[in-house]
Amino acid sequence: MLEVTGLHVAYGGIQAVRSITFHVNEGEMVALIGANGAGKTSTLKAISRVIDAVGGDVHFCGEKISKIAPHHIIRKGIALVPEGRGVFPRLTVAENLAMGAFLRHDKAEIALDQEKIYGYFPRLKERAAQLAGTLSGGEQQMLAIGRALMSRPKMLLLDEPSMGLAPIMVQKIFEVIRIVAAEGMTTLLIEQNAKLALESSQRGYVMESGEITLTGESASLLNDPKVRAAYLGE
Amino acid sequence: MDIFLQQIINGLVQGSIYALVALGYTMVYGIMGLINFAHGEVVMIGTLVTITVAGTLIKAGMPVVFAGLAGVSTSVLVCVALGWGLERIAYRPLRNAPRLTPLITAIGMSIVLQNLAMMIWGRNYLTFPSLLPKINFEVAGAHFTAIQVIIVVLSAATMGGLLALIYRTRLGMAMRATAQNPAVASLMGVNINRVIAAAFVIGSALGALAGVMVGTYYEIAHYQMGFMLGLKAFTAAVLGGIGNLAGAMLGGVLLGIIEALGAGYIGDLTGGFLGSHYQDIFAFIVLIVVLMFKPSGLFGEKTGDRA
Repeated sequence: MLEVTGLHVAYGGIQAVRSITFHVNEGEMVALIGANGAGKTSTLKAISRVIDAVGGDVHFCGEKISKIAPHHIIRKGIALVPEGRGVFPRLTVAENLAMGAFLRHDKAEIALDQEKIYGYFPRLKERAAQLAGTLSGGEQQMLAIGRALMSRPKMLLLDEPSMGLAPIMVQKIFEVIRIVAAEGMTTLLIEQNAKLALESSQRGYVMESGEITLTGESASLLNDPKVRAAYLGE
Repeated sequence: MDIFLQQIINGLVQGSIYALVALGYTMVYGIMGLINFAHGEVVMIGTLVTITVAGTLIKAGMPVVFAGLAGVSTSVLVCVALGWGLERIAYRPLRNAPRLTPLITAIGMSIVLQNLAMMIWGRNYLTFPSLLPKINFEVAGAHFTAIQVIIVVLSAATMGGLLALIYRTRLGMAMRATAQNPAVASLMGVNINRVIAAAFVIGSALGALAGVMVGTYYEIAHYQMGFMLGLKAFTAAVLGGIGNLAGAMLGGVLLGIIEALGAGYIGDLTGGFLGSHYQDIFAFIVLIVVLMFKPSGLFGEKTGDRA
């Protein structure tokens, strides 16, 4: 469904992503793990056109998307949950969700989706009228995921959803991520928390200094001695 | 007491005009962090276009009401085109430039527009045609005119309309989202270029209305009038907290009242040494005091959190 070929990202002279190639099949959850600065976020930003890639191609559902305008990415069916959540702090929770459905005009269906998200995250319903900036980090992460789902995407890109959150919050959020994935959502998950990411996904890629160094079934990566040594603290 | 009430009324009228102009500054700043110093010139061109259109039509024998409406609509259209063009030609190419670059460009555009206006309308003061009947009222010893009432009511209605647009419509929500986080707004499908253009267009339309009000109120106009008006409206926006809509409205009205009271009492305060024509100093005293003690303004927010 998503095919990334030879993707190359650089900031000035600094090579963040060096010609990586990977793919995500329809309906699967793929984890992209690696240390801080390995180029994971740059990869995601380049796919979602927040930044320009220096080289390489990205195809989604057979269509080349690596040159389209950033605001057209969501039209193609890709929703990004950005690093650091990126909620609109001075919009209410409900307005943030409405922003997720910005391009949709099917009011009745939007209302249904909103209820569905409130079902995933009851906390958001309680705080619907509150400004998003007043939410806790975990609640903001819930909102960012809910907002992305409001576009009814074909594919979800998650950038470090566990970052900076208390373990109990991480658990709640991953519960929903797994439910959404089990319902068939194609997902690309970026995480520093390798264990969590590999336990949630079917396949994984390991990134190091801008390159993909290892790939395989998540279950086998979890047992790979190199992965265990480098990312699982053993 | 008479003079106090009188000056409050005068200040309210002048302040309503400042508020309309200040909104143009604050909307553009809120969305892209740019102080569009050419905005005062947009207002000036709004006034001068009305003079030309309405004046010509009245001379040609058209009833004043229709000539006035034609003048106002033309002025709004010209200013909207001008605001849109400014963003497109002068600011958009500099979107990713260091912040100082578009600021200097803005000052440059202000000079260009002033000189353009001078070439079109000349260096002399122009008389603004009388579009509204002169009716006087007196309440509790204070005098005011129908024109003053209309200016205040029309500004209030316009500002109400703007708030409804920003807080009740899809475009308004997109504008607020873009002001807070343009990259993420774009991920939601918002075309940032369009939202920025909308801020310029709306601000310029408000500026055109303010231009017509200034002309009607003072009955005279000049190609340099946008400079001082723009500077004061900018002061009003800073006073309210630049980037904040309600702040611009309140800041405008407050500045108008401060200025009017200052002008009313400056003679008494200085024993007749300074007259009311020194009223301009109050706006700049306000600007300096705000910048010294509360640079974020009355409704100021921390940076990175503009709306």
